[in-house]
Amino acid sequence: MKTPHPQIEVRNLSIAYGDFVLLKNLNFTVNRGDIFIIMGGSGCGKSSLLRVLTGLTPISGGQVIIDGTNFGNATTETKNKIMRRCGILYQSGALFSSMTLAENIALPLQQYTNYSPQLIKELVELKLALVGLAGFEDFYPSEISGGMKKRAGLARALALDPEIVYFDEPSAGLDPISSKLLDDLIIDINQSLGTTIVVVTHELASIFNIGTNSIFLDGNSKSITGSGNPNELLKNPPNEQIYNFLTRGTK
Amino acid sequence: MEHILNKNAMEILLKGDFLGFDDNQSKEDLISQITQSSITKIVIDASELKKWDSSLLALIFEISKLAHQKGIIIEYKQFPQNLKKLTELAFLVNRKPDTTAKEELSIFESLGEIGISIFQTSLKGLSFIRQTSLSIGRFFTGSAIMRRIDFMFALEDCSYKAVGIVSLVSFMVGLILAFVGAIQLKAFGAQIYVASLVAIGMTRIMGAIMVGIIMAGRTGASYAATIGTMQVNEEIDALKTMGISTQDFLVLPRILALTITIPMLTILSDFMGILGGAAVGIGILDISAPEYINYTYKALDMNNFMVGLFHALIYGIIISLCGCYYGMNCGRNADSVGKSTTLAVVSSIVWMIVATGIITLLFEVLGI
Repeated sequence: MKTPHPQIEVRNLSIAYGDFVLLKNLNFTVNRGDIFIIMGGSGCGKSSLLRVLTGLTPISGGQVIIDGTNFGNATTETKNKIMRRCGILYQSGALFSSMTLAENIALPLQQYTNYSPQLIKELVELKLALVGLAGFEDFYPSEISGGMKKRAGLARALALDPEIVYFDEPSAGLDPISSKLLDDLIIDINQSLGTTIVVVTHELASIFNIGTNSIFLDGNSKSITGSGNPNELLKNPPNEQIYNFLTRGTK
Repeated sequence: MEHILNKNAMEILLKGDFLGFDDNQSKEDLISQITQSSITKIVIDASELKKWDSSLLALIFEISKLAHQKGIIIEYKQFPQNLKKLTELAFLVNRKPDTTAKEELSIFESLGEIGISIFQTSLKGLSFIRQTSLSIGRFFTGSAIMRRIDFMFALEDCSYKAVGIVSLVSFMVGLILAFVGAIQLKAFGAQIYVASLVAIGMTRIMGAIMVGIIMAGRTGASYAATIGTMQVNEEIDALKTMGISTQDFLVLPRILALTITIPMLTILSDFMGILGGAAVGIGILDISAPEYINYTYKALDMNNFMVGLFHALIYGIIISLCGCYYGMNCGRNADSVGKSTTLAVVSSIVWMIVATGIITLLFEVLGI
């Protein structure tokens, strides 16, 4: 068995908006190569936690350490440096509507590499092919479906061969087949590239299908009330709330 | 509805139809009896219930809430399956919003809060101006991340596409200026000076102001709406997490485009305004064309013209800054995009007027 190597360490993290404390005393570790699920009910702070992990929202207390560097208190320059090693797939795909899919994916490559236009073109074609969108280079985001937008967003997230990819509700708004395809894609990326994946979701099918580790956020206690492999959590739920969540309260 | 109160229990009998049940008196009696009594159990008997709707459910919900608060056991006797399910559903999610009441502030505290809010907003605005200045600095040193195509699109949007509206409005303003001036000047038989009035008025200030107002409503609003929508669609988050400066990528091309085009549109506006004045002067006031042109030519002064262009340049900066600032600080829903757009236009016009006042005062002192 491989020794786990911590990639993201969260210590005593608190998230607050003014006087309103959303989450407090969060402690968890995401190991290299994990598919780490952040789950919990609606409004419990999953997306806010993701915004903190990606540096979009400042932390109110505690630490976020990525590969040994204190990301939470880092300078903008250091944060940007770390974020260049990360990719993010937003809920809506967040593709730039004024650019074609090829231009969207080429943007980070043009910005952070010295590759020739030819190589960038080839990389764009490759990334699009990897997410099943070969031939869609010249399409604008408005010309493709919601599921395709997500896959294109994933291609952009993968443009710089990131070490960590964050997903914000990847299954939201997708039909079950597209959702399953995206799940398979996440597993493929994780297994073939060794990428660490952090997924914010409450889709049970995805949680059990892809998750290797997880935390459960509780909106009432504003903290983590359970953690571990989702399938193990289902077998040995630490509390009734997690059991109800993982069984949709039906068993 | 009947209810029987025993020593330790209350039985509520639901009889007949409960459609649109709105008997407040009996509801209040029932609630007050439950509140005042020391019962430990309530039995709601639906064995004789016939038709019912949400009004009955609301009543049961009220009774159940009160029973929960007082720790009274509640028994639902012979409830129809659907009514029982709905009652359970209403209590399924027992999460309460944070209702910790904020302390009421005294008038001084409220004023203090307003002061702090103004201070924080000012700091935010100044920080935006600072970041934009740094971005312009990076542009001149060649290290800004700006796509040429974005700049070209912005340039296109605020150049020839605005020519029609600027020409029309400026022509009409010249026309109005000539009419208004003629009323007074005619009394002295000096209507020929309408030409001078229009030429000086348009070139020194009116041309620039009209272009400023048009561009605030047209381009400034468009900047706020476009960037605001990008905020809603998480595109700005995507740029930030890619480590790309949003100032370089989104604000810089727009500021450059508007600052370059607005003086050009002002020259067009000056010309169209003078043309509008000429239409009144020659067509209605019976001034001959050579005479009108001669007086216009004499009144045209490089100094006034440059003052107008300086105003336009400042307006261009103000409009683009306001448009981009409100776009970047937009919330994450459709409503916020509308608010940002309105704020961008209103604040652009307010700041333009403030800037005009300051510039006029400054030029007066300097004798320009």
